[in-house]
Parts: sequence; structure tokens; C-alpha cells
Amino acid sequence: MSMVYDTEHPVPIPPIIWDNMGYWEGINRHELVFQRCKECGTWRHPPRPVCPKCRSFEKEWTPSTGKGAVYSWVTYQESPHPGFKAPYSVVLLEMEEGVRLVSNMVDIKPEEISIGMPVEVVFEDIAEGLTLPKFRKVG
Amino acid sequence: MYDQYLARRYRTTVRPRVEDYKIKDNVAIVGIGQTEFSKNSGRSECQMACEAIKAAVEDAGLNIEDIDGLVKYAMDYTDEMHIVSALGIPDLNYFGECGWGGGASCATILHAATAIASGAANYVVCYRAMNERSGARYGRAPGVEQIMIAPNDHYGYLMPFGLATPPSWVAMFATRYMYEFGATVEQLGWVSVVCREYACMNPKAMFYGRPITLQDYMESRMIVEPLRLYDCCLDTDGAVAVILTSAERAKALKQRPAYILGATQGIATQGEMMTSYYRPMISILPESWYAGQELWRVTGLSPKDVDVAQLYDAFTPLIPMQLEEYGFCGVGEGVAFCEGGDRIRLGGEIPCNTSGGHLSEAYIHGMNLIAEAVRQIRGTSTAQVEDAEISLVTGGLGVPTSAVLLRR
Ligand SMILES: [Zn+2]
Repeated sequence: MSMVYDTEHPVPIPPIIWDNMGYWEGINRHELVFQRCKECGTWRHPPRPVCPKCRSFEKEWTPSTGKGAVYSWVTYQESPHPGFKAPYSVVLLEMEEGVRLVSNMVDIKPEEISIGMPVEVVFEDIAEGLTLPKFRKVG
Repeated sequence: MYDQYLARRYRTTVRPRVEDYKIKDNVAIVGIGQTEFSKNSGRSECQMACEAIKAAVEDAGLNIEDIDGLVKYAMDYTDEMHIVSALGIPDLNYFGECGWGGGASCATILHAATAIASGAANYVVCYRAMNERSGARYGRAPGVEQIMIAPNDHYGYLMPFGLATPPSWVAMFATRYMYEFGATVEQLGWVSVVCREYACMNPKAMFYGRPITLQDYMESRMIVEPLRLYDCCLDTDGAVAVILTSAERAKALKQRPAYILGATQGIATQGEMMTSYYRPMISILPESWYAGQELWRVTGLSPKDVDVAQLYDAFTPLIPMQLEEYGFCGVGEGVAFCEGGDRIRLGGEIPCNTSGGHLSEAYIHGMNLIAEAVRQIRGTSTAQVEDAEISLVTGGLGVPTSAVLLRR
């Protein structure tokens, strides 16, 4: 089971700003990219204008392997928003690059999700103008 | 991982000298006031703010005309200009606001105390008024329009995935915390049970007369797994205000002053609004650790000196996590500390949230916790800690936070 959206109701659309434009452009072409410092090579997410390690403003949207593992999870039993059908789970993932991101799992029941579960990215076109990175269990 | 945690160093080298800290013993909270706490106030937030401020001023033995400073929460919809006009305060020379939701609570005290200690103001009021139950409840996800205009692009990494409300944001920390430290929900339940016991001693608490057992807690409905209904704070309509002045002026006023030993704020790096999931560890609250380290530094005291604590309890896991960060117990020991409840009950090592807290008295964004911390110093709490001399209160969690230490 995946996160089910009721597209009768508008689903929240991510605000696009200068600092995260490359991230969402990547998602829209079904590519998971993260910021990487051109100077010291440090990966970072969420996107920010400057490297917190070496303070360089030079950065590159660099492809992720798309692989990671579940770091934490929650399961909504009651929907907080008419656009989401409960129950559904939200996971926090730690990617191979060391960065974390929030997403949902596909093709899995909430009670089957556990910390450490290996995952890989898939892309879901939710609605006009809204594509999101989702994850499925591997192995 | 724990090495990284333990390696956190408070950079005392960048801080002012302790002997230059002008707030300690020089400022006091001299008046507290509040409205009733309800599900439907039937009046405006501005009216409730004015009622609470008027009550605080009367409690102190002052007049409205004495007020020359106001500090508000950035999230409070009633601004200082309207308070001044509504209450007929002739003029105001010091005003400002503190950000980050409930993280502002003790920060308002720091800002007011700074103004008083520096000579910028004489009588400064801090207030919080909210129709949070009958108006826009924080437990509901914002509408899509609100998210589109969110000043914080970070919402875009959460909301479209349905991680849309405060209980889910804290639940994400709680899952990981329980995984790392082997804590169970039954253990967490004691926090809820003890806060309810305190509320049953407090006739002004919303849950007065409604005790719960651990069984009731376990049977309460799941909101966002692993958090149940009784893990979550109340939604409240109400207002609380406090008034501060110098220690010298305080002596001439009506109440026993609650002297400020220290007031501090804390931001830690790699933070996001209630969703700081990007740090090496998320089973900790670094903001609280920093606010605590600074509090112990400027006061020269330690957790052992504290007689009673009001720890910001929007959700149950935050109490054990703060017991760890403020140093009442070791890393990962907080949930076990709360198990059975005796160590946080009256007579225990550190009685916590003696009015019932946000979980069972009312949710006024931390301001009701400050009022209770003052009552403990005055000796007027409904769950009075005998001869309480040192009283701790903390601000909202998962956001930049704040803390205050009071003394008799
Ligand atoms: Zn760098």
C-alpha cells in the first residue's frame, strides 16, 4: 500500500526558492540530486546557499545513488488533511551520501516498515506540477 | 554516535564573563495573571490578553500606567500597539517579540529582564493569548494556500509527504529515541499519568477532576504512531501574563518576588522548525542542551540545586528528553527516570509540571508554565513543593528554545 492522495483536494505543493530550485527540477525529471560543495565535497540536504563546513558558495546538484535506509518512521492513524488518506506512514531516510530526507514508502504496509530497512528511490507523478521522490524496499 | 553527542562543547570562550551577567538577582517576576482555561472563550484574543495583563498588574499591586514595556510572542496575533490602545497604557518605551512558537516563552522573560537590568524599562509585561481550541488548532494541517506562501521552504520537504502536524514531527524523534534507548510507550505513559495527577490537584486545570490510569493511557486512541491522544497537549483558549521589574522595586510590591537567577535562549546548528532531522543524532534536543549549559553557567548552579521544574510538555517524550538535556539524568535515561512516576511526583527528585502542564492544565504556549514556576516560589501552587527555593521553567522544543531559573 502506498500513500494515497485524494486529488479532489489540493495537495500541498513545495515552495520553490532560489536555494532549492535545482532539487525540485531534478525531481521533476525523475532524478534525485543533492547539493554537494564544489570546494570540499560535503553533501548537504536540505539545500542551503553556502557550505557550513568550508563556507564556499560553489555547489553542484549531484546525482544520488537513490539508495538508503529507513532511519525513523511514523504512522498517521487519523488524516490531518483532506488530501491524504489515513492510515499512512511517513519515513525519514538516511541516504548513502549521508544526507537525510522525509518521504513515503510504496508497496508496503505501515506495520512492515522498520528502522534499518534498505530502500531505493522511485518517482511518483501525483498531480499536475507535483512529482515526488518515494521509496521502495529492496532486497 | 554517542561520542559525537558527548563531544558537544559549549563554547564558553565566545560568551561574556559571568561577572558581567547583569540579570542575576537584579530582576524579579512580581505579578502573574490569567484568564480561565477553556475550549471556547467566547471572546477575542485581544480581550483575553488585556484581562490577563490587568490581573497581573493588580496581583503585583501596580497600575496599568506603570507599564513601560511589553514583550510578545511572534506567533501572538495581538500586537503591542493594540494592547496599548485597548488598555489605555499612555505610552511605551520598550517592546519587541520573540520567535519560534512556544520556544518564545522563557525568551520573553530574558528580553524583559535584559531591558530592566540595562535600564531601558521599569515594568515590563510578557503575555500570550490564544483561542487555539476554538480558532485555528495547531493539530490540524495548514491548508494548501498557507503552505504555498510559507516563508519556510522547508515545509516543502515535509508537507507533500503528509508529515503535516506537530504530533507527527515529534513522533519522528520519538520512534528513533525509543529505538536507540530501548524505551517503551508504557514507560512514556507515566509522564501523562503524573501530569494528570497534578491537574487533579489544580481546580483551574482543564482536566481537573478527570484522573487517568496507565491503562487509560494505553487505551487512548493512536494519533500518529507511536504517539497516542494522551501523549499530546491540550488545545486551549486562554491567556497568561506576567510582569517584571527590578529587584529593588520588587521589594515595595505586594507579592513575594520570584527573583531571576538566569534566563537564556538556545539555537543549535542544523535545525529546522520542529523537524531537525538532519543532525548526526535526532534522539536529543541540542537547543535545550545549549540553553541549559548557559543557564548553569550564568547562575553557577546545577540540576541538583533545582527544587521544582516546569518542562515544556507539548508531547510526553519531551519531558524525559529535557531531563537528559538539562542534566537531571544521563543520555537515554529519561524515560526510565519517569517510569512509575515517583521521581517526578511531589517528594521525588524533581517534581515536574506541578500545575498539570500543557498535557493536563492548559496549553498557553509555555506562559502557564512560567506562572506555575512563580507560584512555586511564592508557595501558592496547588501542588506545592515544600520550601521550594529554586524553580526551573523551560520553553518550547524542537525549535530554538529558552529557559528561566527563579529563586525565592
Ligand atoms: Zn565545503
